[in-house]
Amino acid sequence: MIPELGTGALLVALALCLYGAVMAGLGARRGRTAYVESAQHAALAVFVLVTTCILLLVYAFLTFDFSVRYVATNTNLGTPFYYRITAVWGALEGSIVLWSWMLTLYTLVVVLRHRTSARELYPWVLSVMLSVIAFFLLVMTVAAPVFARSMPIPADGRGLNPLLEDSGMITHPVALYLGFTGFTVPFAFAIAALVTGRIGDFWITTTRRWTILAWYFLSLGLLIGGWWSYHVLGWGGYWAWDPVENAAFMPWLTGTAFLHSVMIQERRRMLRLWNLALVVLTFSLTLFGTFLTRSGVIASVHAFTQGAIGVFFLSFLALVVLTSLALIAWRWDALGAQGVLDSVVSRESAFLLNNVLLVAAAFTVFFGTVFPLLSEAVRGIKVSVGAPFFNQVNVPLFLSLIFLMGVGPLIAWRRASLDNLKRNFLWPVLIGVVAALVFRLLGVRSTFAVLCLALTLFVGATIAVDLIRATRARRAMGERTLPALGGLLLRHNRRYGGFIVHLAVLVVAVGVTGSQAWSVHTETTLQKGEQTELAGYRVRFDGLRETPESNHGKVTGFFTVVAGRGTGDVLEPAKKFYPQEQSPIAYVDYRLGFIDDLYLVLGDFARDGSHATIKMQVNRMVSWIWIGGLVLTLGTLLAVLPERRKAT
Amino acid sequence: MKPKFVVGGLVILLALGYMIWAGVTQSAVYFVTPSELTASPVAGKAYRLGGLVTPGSLKWEPRTLDLTFTMSDGRATVPVRHKGAAPDLFGEGRGAVVEGQWTADGYFKASLIMAKHSEEYKAPHDTQEAQSKKLIQTLEAPAR
Repeated sequence: MIPELGTGALLVALALCLYGAVMAGLGARRGRTAYVESAQHAALAVFVLVTTCILLLVYAFLTFDFSVRYVATNTNLGTPFYYRITAVWGALEGSIVLWSWMLTLYTLVVVLRHRTSARELYPWVLSVMLSVIAFFLLVMTVAAPVFARSMPIPADGRGLNPLLEDSGMITHPVALYLGFTGFTVPFAFAIAALVTGRIGDFWITTTRRWTILAWYFLSLGLLIGGWWSYHVLGWGGYWAWDPVENAAFMPWLTGTAFLHSVMIQERRRMLRLWNLALVVLTFSLTLFGTFLTRSGVIASVHAFTQGAIGVFFLSFLALVVLTSLALIAWRWDALGAQGVLDSVVSRESAFLLNNVLLVAAAFTVFFGTVFPLLSEAVRGIKVSVGAPFFNQVNVPLFLSLIFLMGVGPLIAWRRASLDNLKRNFLWPVLIGVVAALVFRLLGVRSTFAVLCLALTLFVGATIAVDLIRATRARRAMGERTLPALGGLLLRHNRRYGGFIVHLAVLVVAVGVTGSQAWSVHTETTLQKGEQTELAGYRVRFDGLRETPESNHGKVTGFFTVVAGRGTGDVLEPAKKFYPQEQSPIAYVDYRLGFIDDLYLVLGDFARDGSHATIKMQVNRMVSWIWIGGLVLTLGTLLAVLPERRKAT
Repeated sequence: MKPKFVVGGLVILLALGYMIWAGVTQSAVYFVTPSELTASPVAGKAYRLGGLVTPGSLKWEPRTLDLTFTMSDGRATVPVRHKGAAPDLFGEGRGAVVEGQWTADGYFKASLIMAKHSEEYKAPHDTQEAQSKKLIQTLEAPAR
């Protein structure tokens, strides 16, 4: 039943999407509101239908309906309840369903919010959104049919990829996809602006919150992905420059650039063309990312599928890019800048440089990711560039970006006078320089670490300088310190939300620096009762235990911390044996800390428990990265609050 | 556009180009099969070697953490040494990709082992070379 119901719903939704896209466009051209309203109804119906599809899928997973091939390949009778729900988006077909559902949800919100406020643009926005949904529905019915029947119906399913049996799997894909799909909205507005010729600043100001939201979810998705990698994959790292990670990182970089460049357009009427290009690029990169990871072009940990999907995505990507370029060419004359750059030392040029560096970083990541394909196509030999390439090229770019993060928000518009520079940057620069010297004297060897920490303090100081000055100004008007500060944050929530997000980036940067510069690891074989030591932690091997779980067997090693922080704690790294897999899956155990994490991976072991090989790591300051995620959330919340009137 | 900005843009572009060029030349890793490696091994060059772990060749010494095995593509066999326990999916008769360097002493010193489900790698026969190529392609560097 479910395969037929689901496929039927998808086909109807596809037809309605195409109908709505056409009607919205026609309505806009002929000025017929009735057409647009009809398209609106179609959009609502599509939302209901795709929601039904996702619920059908959840139902199929919960009732072990193995007549659905997707259910049979991604679950089995032993899969726990919780993971049967996350299994819905555990593989290609289901993740496309989730993606489409989010698109329909966003479309619904666009209809509710913008149908009266964005009159001229709205029908085209609706048309673009419905077209994008139509593409995904097409993928779901033809290239990756999620409701395909299994013939014959198996008695039991194959089971979920064990690496996906983790709580991160509920939040990571959801956040990431909310980010990916979120960029469809500003993209749709940009296209609508081009089509209608209303390429002024309206589309930018209207989509400001949308862009922030999409950017936030993408950031969160990346951070949760790092956390999943850190605590599931068992190699002790959070970022490997894996193609899948890069696929999500590229739109993040261009999205970050867009987030900043729109401020220049709002304020100075510049960069119109650049902003349109950036939003098209960001949206295209979300599609390109899916193409990379789902087509099997460059397979990696996440890329568990291969098939016709690559052609679909590449064709759609080409369509999007070519259409956008054609529209931009059509409106070329109207896209000229109205403002001009006055001076190299100004806020405009700081923002411009930030944009250039972010796009440059996106390009290097792109280049490094597709390099194996390029070298194979051009020279016939497959050569890859790994993490060293990405680190080497991106570290200088990111350090410059951190520096600009301090300069941009404080430097004067148009032309900064020497006085302005002195007023804003004297103290921060002094603090940064002194910090660099102190770190050197304290014996910090790595130049990268010294630079990054000093720059972080410099940026932190610029934020402090701004806050102190503004609070003082309010106190001069008779307010107390704390209410003054609170009022400041709320009244200028956009500015200070941005500052808090910058602070979050600094916290993450410190975490990355610390973990890269000071983490240590060792690998050793311990007899029962024997101890090993690393960076002040001493760990004793106390034996093994074998236990059956609902869908796998588990061998747990017991390791007691006998010296260092957390003395007396028992860590229980394990290996899980899944019947559907030929090899065990490592299950790491760790103690997280503000300064360092103790991280244990069970390597090899003797079945009788007489000895075990353990990989032991002391990873420094990794927790700062996750804390950065929390700060990021606070900053974003503040930034998207409705703006207050500026008059006090 | 003022000349200052044009010059600035050019400088950034040149710097970026140089960084990419330097990055590629310094961190290039060559994908090879055992036959390709034995045909022209260069000591000290970074390789990613893909093949099948020869059955019966695997030796693991927990005390010293020495892992030794040979990798083959049906035509040539390469001895490999690694320090540390094998990853989860690694085993005899299965596909694997190791990253490391060829040493002058006549063995491959692996710094990283990536293993793969064997159902995606069939035992070597006539098309073995094409298959190891395919195997390598499916194995972009995962967790390290």
